[in-house]
Amino acid sequence: MTIGLGHYLFVAAVLFTLGILGIFLNRKNVIVILMCVELMLLAVNINLVAFSVFQGNVVGQVFAMLVLTVAAAEAAIGLAILVVYFRNRGTIEVEDINAMKG
Amino acid sequence: MLLQALAFYVFAFVVMASAAMVVVSRNPVYSVLFLILAFFNAAALFVLIGAEFIAMILVIVYVGAVAVLFLFVVMMLDINLTELREGFLKYLPVGALIGVVLLAEILFGLGVLGGNSGTLAGLGKAMPPVLAVDNTRAIGRVLYTQYFYLFQVAGLVLLVAMIGAIVLTLRSRPGVRRQKISEQLYRPKDQAVTVVKVPTRGGVS
Repeated sequence: MTIGLGHYLFVAAVLFTLGILGIFLNRKNVIVILMCVELMLLAVNINLVAFSVFQGNVVGQVFAMLVLTVAAAEAAIGLAILVVYFRNRGTIEVEDINAMKG
Repeated sequence: MLLQALAFYVFAFVVMASAAMVVVSRNPVYSVLFLILAFFNAAALFVLIGAEFIAMILVIVYVGAVAVLFLFVVMMLDINLTELREGFLKYLPVGALIGVVLLAEILFGLGVLGGNSGTLAGLGKAMPPVLAVDNTRAIGRVLYTQYFYLFQVAGLVLLVAMIGAIVLTLRSRPGVRRQKISEQLYRPKDQAVTVVKVPTRGGVS
């Protein structure tokens, strides 16, 4: 009954899938989509740390810290863009975000 | 060892359940709170595996900064809660299909589902070695020497994010009266002081 690498990878896989599912389901709310991106980054971090520990190499945890930094920066910029968008348009629905006609 | 396994299963279940609640929750405030719960339990999973430093950083950065930022934004924006859920059932079949396919692919790749556990067994054999130094010291030894430029780049990323967020959200509203100290200080005397000849028993109008 020992906890191995596979258990952690399973948790990370489920978290990543839930994040992608949330991006597909919440088509109206950009905030929840940003939260789902954070969940996916957390899954990546769990993978990095699990491999790092079970292989006895600490470099994976250094990379997990870098991923954490990028996640924080992404959340700050994303929420700032969201606030500016809401101030200009009065809505945060994804289907209405078509000003650039991309 | 049994206690550790039990703790792992409890924390893993709470992580996955709260992640699911983030996705399906009706109110974005509840989503943020479940996100915080998921981060706390992921930190507990890291502690369980012996990566204490990353666990504490996760709690500080995610719960202390990112989740509170989300909470502020959710509470500041005036959004209609009933409109937000409209597309949920419409996208549920395709989303569930893609989710199931992706999860099955990842698990097959890992060898958890298909019985091909050769890759995983080879990797997972090496149990965490009892390091001579603790986790934080080991990270510091690598981070400040070999990966020093990476560390600097991480700081630069945070600086750029901070400047970007300030530039994006800063606005100068017209009609707001602010104190302009330099204008006050450089005002000439003839604009500031008026000399009035006051008649006796007249007063100043």
